[in-house]
Amino acid sequence: MKFDQPATINPIDRARVVGQPIDRIDGPAKVCGTAPYAYERHDAAPNAAYGWMVGSAIAKGTINSIDTRAAEAAPGVLAVVTHANAGDLGKGRMNTATLLGGPSIEHHDQALALVVAETLEQARDAAKLVVIDYATGEGRFDLAAAMRGATAPKDVQGSPADTRTGDFDGAFAKAAVKIDQRYTTPDHSHAMMEPHATTAAWTGDKLTLWSSNQMIAWSVGEIARTLKIKPDNVQVIAPYVGGGFGAKLFVRADALLAALGARAAGRPVKVALARAQIPNNTTHRPATIQRIRLGAKKDGTIEAIGHEVWSGDLPGGGVEVAALQTRQLYAGKHRMTKHRLAVLDLPEGNAMRAPGEAVGLLALEVAMDELAEACDVDPVELRIKNDVQYDPEVGPSKPFSSRKLVECLREGATRFGWDKRNPKPGQVRDGQYLVGMGVASAFRGNIVMKSGARVAIDGKGRITVSSDMTDIGTGSYTIIAQTAAEMLGVEASDITVRLGDSSFPASAGSGGQWGANSATAGVYAACMAMRSQLAQKAGLNAEDALFEDGMIKAAGKAIPLREAAGRDGLSVEDSISFGDLTDRYAQATFGAHFAEVGVDVYTGEVRVRRMGGAFAAGRILNPKTARSQVIGAMTMGVGAALMEELVVDTRFGYFVNHDMAEYHVPVHADIPEQDVLFIDELDDKSSPMKAKGVGELGLCGAGAAIANAIYNATGVRLRDYPLTLNKVIAGMAKA
Amino acid sequence: MKDSPAALSRRAVLGGSAALCAAPAIHASANAQTAPTGKTQMIATTLKVNGKDVRLTLDPRTTLLDALREHLHLTGTKKGCDHGQCGACTVIVEGRRINSCLTLALMHDGDDITTIEGLGTPDKMHPMQRAFVTHDGFQCGYCTPGQICSAVAVLDEIEAGIPSHVTEDLDKVAFSDAEVRERMSGNICRCAAYPNIVAAIRDVAEGEKA
Repeated sequence: MKFDQPATINPIDRARVVGQPIDRIDGPAKVCGTAPYAYERHDAAPNAAYGWMVGSAIAKGTINSIDTRAAEAAPGVLAVVTHANAGDLGKGRMNTATLLGGPSIEHHDQALALVVAETLEQARDAAKLVVIDYATGEGRFDLAAAMRGATAPKDVQGSPADTRTGDFDGAFAKAAVKIDQRYTTPDHSHAMMEPHATTAAWTGDKLTLWSSNQMIAWSVGEIARTLKIKPDNVQVIAPYVGGGFGAKLFVRADALLAALGARAAGRPVKVALARAQIPNNTTHRPATIQRIRLGAKKDGTIEAIGHEVWSGDLPGGGVEVAALQTRQLYAGKHRMTKHRLAVLDLPEGNAMRAPGEAVGLLALEVAMDELAEACDVDPVELRIKNDVQYDPEVGPSKPFSSRKLVECLREGATRFGWDKRNPKPGQVRDGQYLVGMGVASAFRGNIVMKSGARVAIDGKGRITVSSDMTDIGTGSYTIIAQTAAEMLGVEASDITVRLGDSSFPASAGSGGQWGANSATAGVYAACMAMRSQLAQKAGLNAEDALFEDGMIKAAGKAIPLREAAGRDGLSVEDSISFGDLTDRYAQATFGAHFAEVGVDVYTGEVRVRRMGGAFAAGRILNPKTARSQVIGAMTMGVGAALMEELVVDTRFGYFVNHDMAEYHVPVHADIPEQDVLFIDELDDKSSPMKAKGVGELGLCGAGAAIANAIYNATGVRLRDYPLTLNKVIAGMAKA
Repeated sequence: MKDSPAALSRRAVLGGSAALCAAPAIHASANAQTAPTGKTQMIATTLKVNGKDVRLTLDPRTTLLDALREHLHLTGTKKGCDHGQCGACTVIVEGRRINSCLTLALMHDGDDITTIEGLGTPDKMHPMQRAFVTHDGFQCGYCTPGQICSAVAVLDEIEAGIPSHVTEDLDKVAFSDAEVRERMSGNICRCAAYPNIVAAIRDVAEGEKA
């Protein structure tokens, strides 16, 4: 099915099952520990041996020699894989560095060997016996130093690295009110709870990988390219994924090493990265340096808006697209954006939840707070004043498909009690805390991706939906069951959903908050095909038929689905693909974040007291799971604002705090009640589901609302994240 | 049949090397340390897991977590960090919650161990498991068994009058959201279902009172 015209009334609009806050259908398996993750496939690979990765102890250079003899002779060791015996390997298109290094080394903790043994203890022990002699090379590890040599990337997500509209320089120079500030964000780690893990088994030349991965179809292609085997010989299975946040979009070392180890050992092998290996071996969100210039009239109307971004990556890598939202979020006749990429020899930078916006808004939305103060306009009103209903780089010919930013700001402000905010900083005290409120807009582009599914009804009338879609905690199982139930006139509990297997039709996968909308649209397409075939078999006209109560009803007849499907059952497959509606309309999701913080006057410690937000993201397919996505993202925003930072050792080129004790993420005690309001919205240009994504929106702007609340509480304006107590107290001492 | 842990020599336990810490490669010189021999002696132990005695012969370096996951195939208990930093491996041993990654299986000879599988099954869920489903107290599900084991033990701790960092009156330990947030902070949920988890625990606590 091709989606190239706005959706009209369709069966989803009945909203009998879709849009209901039903419990996750995979919930009981998860809370009882019976859901199998990648390293837990005793059922499928009962004799798997254990692999332990050896990572590079230097960031850049070459291997003079690897001596694996002692490791090979250690008790229980079955094989040691290195570049010297791994065979001819390619590289996946989405990997910047090779997954198995050597002889040249591209980053710290790049995999250099895998030790395979009968037990985990033996493999881990023998891994220490691998002796590597290095020739250490010169690396570049400091973004601030490297930014001078940064160059324009070829493109940023298919659009130009730089954009210009009108006369930015002239308009900014002439503006009555000017903000010109520099902001920095550090490297971030996904820190999902399940480490990267894969169990691999070969049967002849066929490879099966049970792998913790967000994108099944991509993985098949990438692993085939890396091993130089046919994609037809690769099966990837991931029914449960213990979090990803972008870390598992790509094939990583665990998958390749498990495959190589299994080949070398002649039996299944499983590999999980040790937690302390993850930050330097895998990908991270790159640090940014950003400059924002806002030129406005005295009343806050933006005339000139400019956003420049610098980030670094390994040679051949990509830039953090942190200026993208600035192209579309606010009005302003004169505009410029610029992305520059420096070469660094740190571990590979890549996508983490809401790449671009997550850190771009940490800068832009603080700049907006600074503008509001400079113009003496309420920060909510300033954002409303600068709303624009079309893509401001293009003009009214490219309207937004739907854009309810103003509604989010107004309703969110009312719910949060924004009118109680004292606009003058440093005025509200509660015991030893200075208390403040902050606001920020939320913005995240709406991406749609081709997605397929199979729908089958067996002889007993049981309906099964199969797709290689993944559920990384996003609720895919549940919303897919709801979609199929709505389309076929049954209950969600009547649907069996099977996900995460490359033998099922290829789906959009989980990433970029495109998964829910695109994957359910694919299920919609398959169900439309099923409706048509069922009606035909029942001798009815599908267009006139009503699917409800487990029956097809038309022309005064009511035929149970089971009967219509027949004794042999029925199986159909279709996919949704998307036309040019994303070109004809600007498509994005919007929201408004509100935060109240208390800042300890003695220590500068920031405690988040309340968070609230209002969000417009098209049809909300399941308010219960969608709310969970949003509060989880808001919490990641708390992390970005207050604590998350991979600390770079610029001498040796690695992230120092590479585990969960040292890389801080929010815990229970950091998170108060979080209020989420979904604004009613159906986006008929996004998909037949009229939904958009919501999983990343909740992160976008959340941290900036906290930064602005800290300013309101203390009068300390901080622009270098994370806003840790040492920075806060230093500012308070000055103030 | 009981092999007392006291009978184990320290050398037997540590004989393999200091490999229990997954040492990240700090520098090239990391390889220069004393070479481990890798030789270990297998030792028998009996654990009482979810009410059943299970006899295992283990490499003494085996953590309780790996004994459960890799030897008993009780994979509901999760390995998130293997270093006691995340709480995903929380199980209840002799009535108290512990990080099963931070303790060797042999140290628990004869101990009563409850894992997530021992609390309930999808057909017969423990009230805490059911409350987690109702309140959507999880997303990816990986920290969830640890959160639930922790939550069950937390309610017992409060009931037993064990104070926490946020208890104002040490003689009056009572349930509150603040107590739960404090006591549950060793269980990280990166999906961040925190308010939902607190709601689930509150629900069970109120149900128990009723």
